[in-house]
Amino acid sequence: MKPDMSVEIGSLKLRNPVITASGTFGYGEEFKDYLNLEEIGAIITKGLSLKPRAGNPTPRIVETPAGMLNAIGLQNVGVDAFIEKKTPFLRTISTPAIVNLFGNTIEEYAELASRLEQVPEVAGIEVNISCPNVKQGGIVFGTDPKAAATVVRAVRSETTKPLIVKLSPNVTDVVEMAVACAEAQADALSLINTLTGMAVDLRTRRPVLANVTGGLSGPAIKPVALRMVWQVAKAVTLPVIGIGGIMNATDALEFILAGATAIQVGTANFLDPAAAGIIAREMEQYLAENGIAAIGELRGALQV
Amino acid sequence: MLFKSMVLSNHEVSPGYYRMRVTAPPELLSASPGQFVMVKVRDSIDPLLRRPFGIFDIGVLPAAYDGGCEQVYLEMLYKVVGKGTAMMATLHNGDVLDFLAPLGNGFRMGNPQGEKVLVGGGIGLAPLYFLAKKLVENSKVRLFIGGRTREDILCVTEFERLGIETYVSTDDGTLGACGLVTEVMERHLTEDGGDKTIFSCGPMPMLQAVADIARRRSIACQVSLEAHMACGMGACLGCVVKGSEHGDSHPDYRCVCKEGPVFNFQQLMWV
Repeated sequence: MKPDMSVEIGSLKLRNPVITASGTFGYGEEFKDYLNLEEIGAIITKGLSLKPRAGNPTPRIVETPAGMLNAIGLQNVGVDAFIEKKTPFLRTISTPAIVNLFGNTIEEYAELASRLEQVPEVAGIEVNISCPNVKQGGIVFGTDPKAAATVVRAVRSETTKPLIVKLSPNVTDVVEMAVACAEAQADALSLINTLTGMAVDLRTRRPVLANVTGGLSGPAIKPVALRMVWQVAKAVTLPVIGIGGIMNATDALEFILAGATAIQVGTANFLDPAAAGIIAREMEQYLAENGIAAIGELRGALQV
Repeated sequence: MLFKSMVLSNHEVSPGYYRMRVTAPPELLSASPGQFVMVKVRDSIDPLLRRPFGIFDIGVLPAAYDGGCEQVYLEMLYKVVGKGTAMMATLHNGDVLDFLAPLGNGFRMGNPQGEKVLVGGGIGLAPLYFLAKKLVENSKVRLFIGGRTREDILCVTEFERLGIETYVSTDDGTLGACGLVTEVMERHLTEDGGDKTIFSCGPMPMLQAVADIARRRSIACQVSLEAHMACGMGACLGCVVKGSEHGDSHPDYRCVCKEGPVFNFQQLMWV
């Protein structure tokens, strides 16, 4: 029998728990020649702001051992162009599209949520309070539980869509942040965003990235992500979406065991544009081979 | 397209520079000069990302008397600069690599009557050979090739075999003219007028000088850029360059991978 791979994130029902992470999958269309978008649970689009954003100077990326640092700086087309140019494609797929959004102020977060409330192609919202690469917004709200709760409440009051909050690992106590967002009526939590890091060029005696610091992603951060997902999943009743260095079905299932309801595939999309589809298929295969009827049976089943 | 390839040969053509030939699927025959490939050097998490390379050549090996069947091949000319390329240099015949290709926009061939001027600096020569092979079918082609020293001058014989007039220059004068490739090119451009197109690939300061010459003399000019990139398909936004319309309030960043790597020089902002 085919295992039941479906999961629920708030009111959003996904055919399987594999979601593509914001900033690694464009607006979906870029990947349509490489994988069947109908094979994955959901896609999350590149971080969106009210106005278009230029992003940071280059170099913006550098590879580090088993990972990469990026300091893109949330370059994006802005909400008007998003609605006009990016939603027509999203209409052609049945896979839900979740929009990752960020603002410089609480008002901007709320206004964006309100603009997207009217857009039927947007199946949900992921509030980005954790981008380490921009000075204002993002991380400012991501490191203080009170500020985070204020943002979440402001967005909540403008949207009826499923509301996910993306948490930063660059905090002393991620559980405290998670609890604050849960109390502010988030529907789900996704973690982790990138870990702040840097790379140095001995030859030039300069930082490699123009932004000096950047966000570390890839297999290098998986142990940190697993630990944080495990801690948060124990502390809140909301669905948790695990992110961090997931390259294959084994990695993904480890996050489910640690308590995640769904997972996001990020850096792996860069190596293999078909990665998310392969991970979804192989997760299902694992369930089938091991006589597990539903993915939910593995959720939080870690024996400690 | 994603595909696996087998190494057919991989040898050092000059200290630190390698030329690798691998098998390729027949679909690759429709790739155009200037497009590029992303290579996963080995199936591991370190190095993690694919590495971008220009296409040096694509061709077909004829069926052999010993029963070997016709085989499409792809060649890359590369310089060892880091962990990924150092690993590539150790690969042997029969080793398998994972490719994402062809990617990006190639050179536009332009009016066949006009003369084609190729300008390559160091490893920037890599995408120009495949281009030259196509251009010589219809056009007169000249190649200007420059490097720091004689060891950076690669594959001149291959171009000469195509019947291309080749001008070599090195910064230290160890091979060809002593000086910058752009100076040599400009001296030779002075000799005649007429319809020309410049095709160039190399380090940024060289491309800047080429673009200056093209602007001053109103010559059509396409440049192929190199950039650090994670995905090669427009998703990571790591490889962007400033477009000609760029300003603080109206960003105009172009992805080298998706909108390039070949640009008309007027599409870009030159500092």
